Formats: sequence, C-alpha cells, structure tokens
Amino acid sequence: MRVPLSWLREYVDLPGDVTPADLAHRLTALGLKLEALTAPGADVAGPLVVGRVLSYTDEPQKNGKVIRWCQVDVGPEHNDETGSRGIVCGAHNFAQGDLVVVSLPGTVLPGGFAIAARKTYGHVSDGMICSAKELGLGEDHEGILVLGAALDDSVKPGDDAASVLYLRDDVIEFEINPDRAYALSLRGVAREAAIAYDVPFRDPANRDVPAPNQDGYPVRVEAPDGCPVFATRTVTGFDPAAPTPRWLARRVQLAGMRPISLAVDITNYVMLELGQPIHGYDGDRLSGPIVVRRASEGERLTTLDAVRRTLSAEDLLITDDSGPIGMAGVMGGQTTELSEHTSHVVIEAAHFDPVSVFRTARRHKLPSEASKRFERGVDPLLPAYAADRVAQLLVEHGGGTIRPGVTYVGAPPEGRTITADVDLPARITGIDIDAATAVANLRTVGCIVTVDGETLTAVPPSWRPDLNDPYDLVEEVARIVGYDKVPSVLPAAPSGGGWTAGQRLRRRTALTLAGAGYVEVLTYPFVGEGDWTGLGLPEDDARRRTVRIANPLSEQEPVLRTTLLPGLLKTLARNVGRSQADVALFETAPVYLPGAEQRPARILGVEQRPTDQEWAELQAAVPHQPQHLAVTLSGAREPAGWWGKGRPATWSDAVEAVRRVAAAVGVPVEVRSAVYPPWHPGRCAEVLVGDDVIGHAGELHPSVCKAFGVPARTAAAEIDLDALLARAVRITPAPVFSTYPVAKEDVALVVDAELPAATVAETLREGAGDLLESVRLFDLYTGEQIGGGKKSLAFALRFRAPDRTLTEAETAAARDRAVALTGERHGAVQRR
Amino acid sequence: MSGPNSDYDPVEVTPLKADEVDAMRAAAIVAIEDAKDLGALKQVRIEHTAERSPLALANREIGALPPQARKEAGMRVGQARGAVNKALAARQAELEADHEARILVDEAVDVTLPWDREPRGARHPLTTIQELVGDVFVAMGWEVAEGPEVEAEWLNFDALNLGPDHPARTMQDTFWLEPADGGLVLRTHTSPVQARTMLTRKPPIYVICPGRVYRTDELDATHTPVFHQVEGLVVDRGISMAHLKGTLDHFAEAMFGAGITTRFRPSYFPFTEPSAEVDLVCFVCRGQAPAVADCRTCKGEGWIEWGGCGVVNPRVLVACGIDHEEYSGFAFGMGLERTLMFRHGIEDMRDIVEGDVRFTLPFGMEI
Repeated sequence: MRVPLSWLREYVDLPGDVTPADLAHRLTALGLKLEALTAPGADVAGPLVVGRVLSYTDEPQKNGKVIRWCQVDVGPEHNDETGSRGIVCGAHNFAQGDLVVVSLPGTVLPGGFAIAARKTYGHVSDGMICSAKELGLGEDHEGILVLGAALDDSVKPGDDAASVLYLRDDVIEFEINPDRAYALSLRGVAREAAIAYDVPFRDPANRDVPAPNQDGYPVRVEAPDGCPVFATRTVTGFDPAAPTPRWLARRVQLAGMRPISLAVDITNYVMLELGQPIHGYDGDRLSGPIVVRRASEGERLTTLDAVRRTLSAEDLLITDDSGPIGMAGVMGGQTTELSEHTSHVVIEAAHFDPVSVFRTARRHKLPSEASKRFERGVDPLLPAYAADRVAQLLVEHGGGTIRPGVTYVGAPPEGRTITADVDLPARITGIDIDAATAVANLRTVGCIVTVDGETLTAVPPSWRPDLNDPYDLVEEVARIVGYDKVPSVLPAAPSGGGWTAGQRLRRRTALTLAGAGYVEVLTYPFVGEGDWTGLGLPEDDARRRTVRIANPLSEQEPVLRTTLLPGLLKTLARNVGRSQADVALFETAPVYLPGAEQRPARILGVEQRPTDQEWAELQAAVPHQPQHLAVTLSGAREPAGWWGKGRPATWSDAVEAVRRVAAAVGVPVEVRSAVYPPWHPGRCAEVLVGDDVIGHAGELHPSVCKAFGVPARTAAAEIDLDALLARAVRITPAPVFSTYPVAKEDVALVVDAELPAATVAETLREGAGDLLESVRLFDLYTGEQIGGGKKSLAFALRFRAPDRTLTEAETAAARDRAVALTGERHGAVQRR
Repeated sequence: MSGPNSDYDPVEVTPLKADEVDAMRAAAIVAIEDAKDLGALKQVRIEHTAERSPLALANREIGALPPQARKEAGMRVGQARGAVNKALAARQAELEADHEARILVDEAVDVTLPWDREPRGARHPLTTIQELVGDVFVAMGWEVAEGPEVEAEWLNFDALNLGPDHPARTMQDTFWLEPADGGLVLRTHTSPVQARTMLTRKPPIYVICPGRVYRTDELDATHTPVFHQVEGLVVDRGISMAHLKGTLDHFAEAMFGAGITTRFRPSYFPFTEPSAEVDLVCFVCRGQAPAVADCRTCKGEGWIEWGGCGVVNPRVLVACGIDHEEYSGFAFGMGLERTLMFRHGIEDMRDIVEGDVRFTLPFGMEI
C-alpha cells in the first residue's frame, strides 16, 4: 500500500514537523511495516514552468525527422527580450496557443536529468518541452504533455509547473499484513497515524447518504452467503470526455495505479481512500436486473483483461439478462466495461465473502486490487458510503446527475463479541498492563468495551474482521502499549537429554569424513529421468520409484531423489569445471521413498487433537525419508610433491570412506564384490552390516562419468546412514586384551586371481584359532613368478595368548593350521 | 719399573720431584683443553691417564719411595691425577654437548616445505550453524527436534491455523506433491515440527528445530528454492512474550556476541498471536552513529531483520491437543542462510548453494 502524505493529511492532523521517516517508523511500530520511503519530485529543481507556444516552424531534417522550432512564452520572468524563448521540439502533438511544460536551462527533471541550453538542428534550444514520462507522470512518451484548458484554466505562462502538476509529494509504501486489511486504504492508515500521534482522525466514510429506496437499479442477490450487501447508485448525463483532475490522477498514480479515465480513476480513488472495491458498469450496456449468483459449471466470461474464462460452480458472478458481466469482487466483464463513450454509470459497491473471492481469485490466478481487499476482509458498512462518494465525485468532475434511486440489498453481518480476562494482555505479554490501559487501548482501536469484574467484553469495529479471539485483543493492546515495553526474561527449561544419540552420531560421521579430507556439500533434491538414464538404472530399478512434485521448478527435474549421487556428481562436475581437479565431496541428506501403497494424508480437523488412529494413519501416509550418506572423489587423493609421487583417488578410497564412517560410530562392516549401477561392474563393493546390505562403494561406470561430465575413474559411495547408525551400540563393552609378548608370522599364499582377499583372510582367521590376534594383508603380487591366473597374498599374522608367552612351537602350529586350511579350502599354496 | 727399595736411606732419596709432577699435570691439562673433538680427547685420555702415562708411572713410583717421602709424593701425584680427571670429564661433557648441538644443526630441515599430502576437508557452514544453534539451546536444557521434509499438508498448514482458505497459504509458494489430493507438500517452513512435537510430547516443551524447507523461488543472489530455517518452541505454564524476548536476546548474543540484542515489531503469522518480527542490533555497526550511516550490513538502519516470532496461537494448541487454559507458549523462526550471510558477510546466496569447495573449505569444522 503506497500512501502519498499529502493525501493522508486530509484525514489526520499530523503535527507540522513530522517527517515521513518518523511517521513510517511510528507506523511500523504499530504493525504497518515500512517497505519503502520515496519522495517523488523531490529532485526536481530549477525553472520548470508553464509555457505557451506562440508560434513554430516545422523544419525537415536530413535524417528524415521534422523538428519544430518553437517560440514559447514562459512568463515575463523567464522570457528574453523578444518576449519568448526558442525551443526545439521533436513532438508534433500540440498547436499554436497550447500551454505546455518547459524545462528551461538549469532545470533538473525527475531522475536527476539536468537541462541546459544546447545547440541542435541549427538552433540554440533554450531547454525542452516535456512529456509526461519525462516529468515522472507515467509512461506516456508519445508526445509532449499539453495542459488542457478544462483542467488548467487558471494557469498562465511562467507558473511553476511542479505545483500545477502536483509533482512533489512524499510516499510511504507499507507492507500490509493479512490481518490488517483495513490498512489497504488511506482511511485505515490515517486511523493508525492518528493513534501514533494521538491526534484526531477524520473518517472519510463519515458522510450522510440517502436512504435506500425502490428506484435504484434493480438487483437480486441469489447467493446471499457470498454477497451479504450489494449497493448501487446511478449517474447519468456524465461527460465521457471530462478529464481527470490533475491532483486526483496524481494521487492514484502515486498510490501505484494507472490513471485511465475520469470514471475509472474515481472508482480507484475511492477504493484507495476507503478500502472498498467499486465497480462501474456502462448503464447503457446493462440489460435487465443485476443478479448475483453462483456460476454454472463451464459457464464463460471474458474479463476486463480480455481473457475468456471458464467458470466453476463455486465462482460468484454478477449477471444481467445477457449472462455473466463480472466475477464478483475479482474483476468485471468486458461487455459492460466503461468506455470513452460512457455517460451513464451504474456504480456497484458490494460486500463479498472473503473465502469466495479468495477461491475464485486463486482458481483463475487473477489477483486484483479488489480481490486483494475482499479476501482479507473489507468493512461491511462501507458500500453505501463508497457508492455515494463515487457518485458525488463523478458529477463534480464530469457533470451529469445522480439519480435519486438508491439500491441497497442485504444487510451487513452482525458484530461479534469477544470476552477475555482483563489481565490477559498482562499475562501474555509479560508487560505490566493494568485493566484501565487494556480497556483504553481497545477503545482506541475502535472496540466497544465493557468490563464486568475480571472479565472484559469487546465488540470489534466493523473494519476489523480479523479480531475474533481473546489473543487478538492482546495484540491490539500490546502494539499500542508498545512492543518495546516487553521485558527480557530467560525462561528456565527443565533439564533435557541433550542431543539424541542419532544426532550425535550423524555429527560424528560428518566430522569423520571432513577429517579425512572430504568437503561437505548440500545439493538440491530435484532429479529427473535424465539422471536415471545417466546413472544407467534399469527400468525396474527401485530407485526409479519416486515422489513426484506437482509443480516442479523444472520439468526436467520433477521428482525427489532416491539417491544422493546425481546432485553430488553435478557438484563434482561444477568444481572440476572451475579447475579444481582434486575434489572429494560428501553429503548427508534424506532420500524420499514412496510407500508401497499410496494412501492420501488426510486433512484432519483442527477443533481437537487427532485421534490416535488418525495420527497413526497420517504418519503412515508420509513417505519414508531415510538419511543417506554419499561421497564422491576424483583427481589425486594425494598430490605429487617434493616427497615423491602422488596417488590418484580410486575405488578403494570410496570403500575406505565407508569403512571409516562405520568405524567412527563403532559398527563393524564387511564388503564383498557386487554388480550395481551406477558403479563399474568389476569395481563395486556392497557394504554389509551383518547380513544386510546398507550401501555400495567403488569406481563409477565409465558411461556414468561421461553422462555426468565428471573425470574418468571417479569413485563414489552411498549408504543408508540410518541403517548404519541403527546398528551403533549404545554402550560399547570394553575389549579384553593380553599383555604377554606377541609372536609374529608372515605367510605368502598363492591363490586363484579371482578369490577375494577377504575370503582368504577369513579362512586364515578360522584356521589359526583363538591364539590369532590379528591378520593383515600387507602385499599383493601378480606376475610371471607365480604364473597366470594366480596372485600372491602376503599376510602378517600376530599371535598372542591371554595367559602366557607362546612357544615357537605353538605359534608355528597355529600358523600351519591356518595355511593348511587355506590349502584345503582354496587350493592355496604357500610361497617360501 | 722398580721394586721396593728398602736398603737406601730414605732421607737421602729425593722424592718424586714436585716440579716434574706439576709439569706432567700441566701438560695433561693443556692437552685436554686442546682436544678439538671427542676422538682427540680419547687420545689425550690414553696419553695422560692410561697405564703408561707419566702420571700413572709416577704413581707407581710412589711405592718405591722411602716411607717418609711417600705421603707427600702420594698427595702430589693424587692431586695431579684428580685435576686431570676432572678436566677430562669437563672437556668430555663440553665436547659431547658440542657434538649433539652440531648434530641438531646438521639435521635442520626447511620447515616451509609444504606437506599438503593429506587432503583437507570441511563441513558446510549451513550444517555447522545448525549445530551451533543446537548447542546454544541444548546448553539451556532444550532438545533438538526433527521432522520430515515431505510433510503432510495438514501439519504444514491446517494444524498451524493456516486453513484451506487462509490468504497466507498462497503467500507461501508451496511445492505440492502428486497426486494432487494426496495431502503432501514439501514443507514450507520448519513449523510442522512444532506441531509434531506438541502431538507427541507433553508440556513442558522446550525444543529447537533446525531443518531444510522449500518454496517455489528460482535461485538468485537472495533466493533459493531449498533453504534452511531454525524454529524454537516453548510450551509451559505461565509463558509470555517476555520469555520469548529473553530467549531471543540470549540466542542473539550467543550467535553474534555480547550486546547484540533484539527488538520486536508487530507482525502477523497465523500460528502466533500476538506476532512480531524480530530485529537484531546490527552486529557490524552496532547501531552506533556515525558508523551506522555507512553500514552495508544493515543499510544504515542499525537493525537487521532476523525472523518472526510470537505467542503460540491457542488455536494451534487446540489442534495439537494441548490445554490452552493451562499452558501458553511461544515460537520463533529465522532463516539460516540469511543468518549465515550477514554473520559471515556472504553476498550471494549461490555461493552457499553451489558446493564450490573454495567457498566451504575456509569454514573448517566449526563456525
């Protein structure tokens, strides 16, 4: 809501020394939030004057243009010795004797545009004849602004054009919250300003209006639930060509609307003034009585914006014998639109149901100045006043007659009463507010208040449909007392349980990966078919079962992710594209898994807590959203340096990332080879906790690297973090270990190349028995010495007994049993 | 070497000559002092203290002296040997110290050589700021509550007094999920966690809920469709706006430093009544003239908009099954990207979103 201060001051006697900033500040403290403070015309300076075109010559130019060399009378103070000034003008929309606006040399126009005498087209032009746009009066740049005789009959050359045109004003733009619909009007803002400065308020709706009678335009309301009040007045014999007074057009413009014609500008002016949306019909184009009814499904209406709309049975319509002529409270129809020939205006000022208007405006995606006000709640007492005010302004500025007929159908809704404890404002705000202050403040905002013992009863004023509950009254009292009076008291919470185990473990996993050189990223969860293709997921892959967004930002990414890899790989590609070659990334985020059968999440009531069953069903209808953890890395894991060679990131780093995370939360994991897109079929590990696969790690398939534009051999891992953390032991039992000396034995075993090292290690562990403390693979060899299809695995075995020092014979026997079992089970041969 | 000589007159025998012993002693001391290194000193030790050294030989002679001469000679030789041994030990210590010192010098390295073999990692500041916020409140006994991002429409709107025809429902540009009547949205705020908390716990409730939320904004310098909020909720007996103010003042100081307090401006949220916008004292200019005039962080206001808050609307308590006659509550919420941006002087939202490691690395593990 933009409020020109010159207009506001008509309704409230602000102290003379109030600055716009101070006013904005005080109104913000009352709940009207300052959005912007502007001073249109403030930068206009110098001799901007009215001039009369005494004569001109049209002079064709080589470039094809015809310029006008004009002699302009700019008043005795500014004329030169010839009694005028010579000005070059490119426009042709004026005649000899017209009054125009001249910016003489030294003038500064809006936007800081400085005017000087300059040589052009063979003349010295003493300034410029201005267009409306150059004066900040709208977008009209077709020609220059010609002052009309009707509007400007007392104007003469040399007059200050800035005041003739009302160029200067202060405008405060407020952001109006949905509960303060009344402040979408000068009336409402003035009321608040009067409270802010404790000065009188003059209500522009406080006017005598004639009583309704049977002679007004006939109106029938068939849907009174949607239209409690419908008032009309009629003006005939009105001059369709009458111009809008400059002050009125300027106010409408400064308030953010475009001046169009006198009748339209007046309806907008009164809407801005009172907050009551008004519609004008061309009375000559109406046929038969106005009927307010619900639409029939599929009915059609072409609205003022020239869009043909198909209506729904819920839409509230204004109709006449011809059919629909307006969408009630949202937008009028084209057939009865006010035109440049309209001299007979039927003025509609009605009260429409907020919900009905809201739904229609939303259904047709048609927010308008009218719907914005109706859906938030308009003062239902306004229609009669508003219609009368429009009629008066129309005849005042456009001539004609107000017809004696006054239509008023329906009645405004009854007022509500709210009861509350008188100490409720004090209790809820923590401010020391006594009963007298509470009552006085409620009266200040227009409530009728009575007090009975410890209880007060308030009847909110007609313009405050937002006041319904006791707590609503608390806010009114508090904002007038001042929110700055709220004391600062830290409440003492009961002792809590701290971060949950799950939260602590998640933090630990992230710290672990960051400590291992991975950088955390947070990517968007939106993915699409292209991602699944890029990952090479088969058609029946479970990850293609997704939760779909009805209104996605991009049609290419209409679903929510079931794997973190697409976002992670795109982020990796972005980094590589920005010349960071060696990158290791991780992300922890949920994936979104639709349930097996999709049952809707019901919209429950709000009058009481849902039943346990309703609550359980609601929770069950929300998709499962487990936290996943994923990493990806490419380039060098260790760079080359003065110490020697570097080491590229490989599949093994991705596996190790998972192992590290598992170790950090104390969960033992195992890996075994697997085939699972998007990983390289020969370089993919599945990660197991017990018998459950919780994720995969390894090198990505070459085609996946290509599809996502990441370097070849990029490695990645993704696990179900929730599944991992669920296995974390809450209280880890301490290990028991021996302090007797260790006995070490190394063995090298030649086995088939395909045999997993982990399997051999497991066999060694089994064969060695209880004396084995640990087994570690320390070398892997393939080559001629051991023949094709074979590999040599070198293991370091450590033996220790809990209760004695082992003898060489004991150690050797354990080692031999271990080696023998690998021979028996895998055909392993010990290398000597 | 000579054996005992008992048949000469001891008086006539010249004891070991004093000047000769002194000379031996002096020669040894000089040699010790001249020894340049431990090897040389070892040689000196052999020459002047070993069996064949003059002093050792002299010592052996003492036995051959007449009894009356032995005492004096013994004393003289003994003192000489003692002095030599002491000098040797001292020189030994000196040379060993020199040697060790030289080794350390020889072993010196160029410590400016880089050792960037181990890659550095970092946490994203949006996660660490959520943890920081959590830590601040956990320290006061609050707990950290969480909820799903794909959320029931009823929890995101209706339960929070945002009925189907509430104008505020279109103010929030919601991502709706298919099917259209499925009743699911991507949560537009962390407030459904409030509702979940009230539906599953009994008062007193003191929770903080950080999390990811969604609105249909295109990514630009100040907007992102996926962003983060933190929301606080208290429901207890006798809770008022004063407790809200106290909590936010504490929170602001914990995040931005001592003296950074808050102010309230009346506002509107369906789930709170009374409602307020909360502003922070600008922690850059601290609202102090003349710095405030040129402050880029608060644009000369002295205050920074931080978030929204208010007293929990009793309608919300009713929908969540809490007795609003017995209990009252407060709630507050703020955007974490915004908090992060002005806390750290981040100028473009896209830096937070894009995952460029050069943005994230300087934040380390904690902020």
